[in-house]
Amino acid sequence: MGKEERIRLGHGSGGKLTHELIDNLFVKYFSNPELDRQTDAALLRLPKKQLAFTTDAFVVDPIFFPGGDIGKLAVCGTVNDVAVSGANPLYLSAAFIIEEGFPLKDLEDIVKSMASEARSAGVSIVTGDTKVVNKGHCDKVFITTTGIGSLPEEHLHISEGMNTVVGDKIIINGSIGDHGMAIMSARNELKLNAPLLSDCASLNGLISRITSVSSNIRFMRDATRGGLATVVTELCQGKDFGVSVSEENLLVNEGVRGMCELLGFDPMYVANEGKLVLVAASEDADNILKAMHDHEHGKDARIIGEIVAEHPGKAWLNTAVGGNRIIDMLAGEQLPRIC
Amino acid sequence: MCLSIPAKIDSIDGEMAMVSVGNVTYKASLQLLDDVEVGDYILLHTGFAIQKISEEEAAETLRIFEEFEDLNKQLDDEEKETGERIV
Amino acid sequence: MIKYIDEYRDKELVLKIAAEIRRISSRPLRFMEVCGGHTMAIQKFGIPSLLPETIELLSGPGCPVCVTDRKFIDTAIAFSRLEDVIITTYGDLIRVPGSSSTLDEEKGKGRKIRIVYSVLDALEIARENPDSKVIFLGVGFETTTPSSAAGITNATRMGLNNFYLYSSHKVMPPAMTALIDEGVKIDGYIAPGHVSTITGTKIYDDIPEKYGLGCVISGFEPLDLMQSILMLTRQKEREEPKVEIQYKRAVMQEGNIKAQKLVEDVFEPCDDWWRGLGVLPGSGLNLRQEYENMDAAKAIAVEVENTREDRGCICGEILKGLKTPSDCKLFGKACMPGDPVGACMVSNEGACAAWYRYKGT
Repeated sequence: MGKEERIRLGHGSGGKLTHELIDNLFVKYFSNPELDRQTDAALLRLPKKQLAFTTDAFVVDPIFFPGGDIGKLAVCGTVNDVAVSGANPLYLSAAFIIEEGFPLKDLEDIVKSMASEARSAGVSIVTGDTKVVNKGHCDKVFITTTGIGSLPEEHLHISEGMNTVVGDKIIINGSIGDHGMAIMSARNELKLNAPLLSDCASLNGLISRITSVSSNIRFMRDATRGGLATVVTELCQGKDFGVSVSEENLLVNEGVRGMCELLGFDPMYVANEGKLVLVAASEDADNILKAMHDHEHGKDARIIGEIVAEHPGKAWLNTAVGGNRIIDMLAGEQLPRIC
Repeated sequence: MCLSIPAKIDSIDGEMAMVSVGNVTYKASLQLLDDVEVGDYILLHTGFAIQKISEEEAAETLRIFEEFEDLNKQLDDEEKETGERIV
Repeated sequence: MIKYIDEYRDKELVLKIAAEIRRISSRPLRFMEVCGGHTMAIQKFGIPSLLPETIELLSGPGCPVCVTDRKFIDTAIAFSRLEDVIITTYGDLIRVPGSSSTLDEEKGKGRKIRIVYSVLDALEIARENPDSKVIFLGVGFETTTPSSAAGITNATRMGLNNFYLYSSHKVMPPAMTALIDEGVKIDGYIAPGHVSTITGTKIYDDIPEKYGLGCVISGFEPLDLMQSILMLTRQKEREEPKVEIQYKRAVMQEGNIKAQKLVEDVFEPCDDWWRGLGVLPGSGLNLRQEYENMDAAKAIAVEVENTREDRGCICGEILKGLKTPSDCKLFGKACMPGDPVGACMVSNEGACAAWYRYKGT
């Protein structure tokens, strides 16, 4: 890495410094046959005719948080977006916008984290870009990743849930609200100390497991911003079926509960980064749960609701005390309430 | 503004205390209360402990609920006997 | 298990009380709650779905943000535009519509506006920024006023000369009696649990005495709310209106005397303007003269734009429980949680926001 300790404008200008950075950092850690060629565009051979193609920008603050960092998130987030469409994630691109003065050590840690996550997800980062902007013109580092996966014909219906029918079960792979509250506690603006870990994880391994035991997966989505509530309301919006969720079946970790009660947040609306919501034929539910329980990211998988004929287009919650009420889409950010 | 939450006092340092809700800890001010001890539960609101929670009253409130089943049955029986609605 | 919360969310017990309410309820009754926390809890747990059709729950002016004068926001925004000012505020206020902007928008433009959870955080900010004037926006009813009072006395103790309070604090009872005076028809009040923690029960004594309406001081968990509704229903069926405490674990008859005294030392009552209710005598709180130098309204000169009112917004009538959100022409169209017109929609527990979230349009 040489004697440089911080990123300078020169690192983004395309000259010697840029090449050094690419060779000694990005290519070094991301290394794979396509990337190593360092062509302007990665040349890829793809197995199937259908592709799933997605992009996401990551601007999380703080960039290092309990359970992960912006780099890990940049890989998981995009891998998951591809995987929930039923596609097999293969290749990622990674574009960095870095603030002048950003510590090189931090960049290296982020890149290492991305490389590690990409390896365990089985994807290659095959192309990328680096820009450096003047101090104050971006917040430390922003990362944009774009992902491609091959989408088998038999999974085409999954993204839109076109085959969903009344009686189908809604399954989630674990607890809700972890990522959002981990970020809140890490920001420490509200002076809360809670041992909360982000659930940030690549879910393609778990998803392969699921699709191998059932060919009746109707719909999948990862519950990110807006939380579980946003997924279930979007799932039935404008459709001729409704969604019924059972609050008793939701798993909320104690630390997340405590912080949500304290701040007046509803865990159903808090962001996750390692949670899969899927809809499947009810006769396959048991096999799916069994397969999920065997996987590290599915140990707490459970059925949380079902597709119903009542209240078409709307999602309702059976509350833990026996009442019921509608689940609506969140408008704007949840802010800590005092009231 | 009503959001207040029961929190347990884990430690006291002068006017301030470390309190916990589940396993979330927070630093709160005790300046609105007197006679507070470690182990007490207080209502936490905007960074202040605003009242102590009475364990006896808390239990009593729950006991009343528990008694309902018997009470309901008793009232139902009485109503049948007397033919009068009892509230 | 979170102690003192989960025990009061026991499904079996809740359903038992629901059955009892159904058993004794013989005629249509309307109960009003006047606390944002109650509005939220009632909707969140699906309480209305547990009650017989004879019982209707109304949401009154319990959300301090909802009843705050638009002028307060305009002034706060004007303060934020001064070079040396840092505004510190509870999150609830950040999206309340002013005449032409919101604190959130101003924050986006780079004004120094910081969301805090406690006035103690604002004091820290004042200590760390001696060259800035740190103004704390004091909103809330009796539950929150002691915190603001503590903020003032602590600032004096800490020797801070750059801490200010801009107060829109209000007290509850004048609104409760004003509503009945205005002809709102209810059969009893679910009284605010945490306000009462501070004030004790005496502030409600007029209500059964002068108006023949019961007041049950309620906690916020499903069991608390159901028990309170049961107690109010019983009172009504027996025609025995009185002030009762359901929330016995946190509310004592005399309240929190130390907090009451602190508030009395720092604040004095004044007439105040409530959205939807107009001016209510003695319903607001101003800093006493000896704290004038910390009163932002008196100590910091600022020009404020003219207050704009909205056509078609019936927040006032909704706050009084005279109309429901679905009666409002703007509801769900020009006025939505993402793009609110009136304060009832801005605050999470405003009647309209709660309605929108839990009942749809």
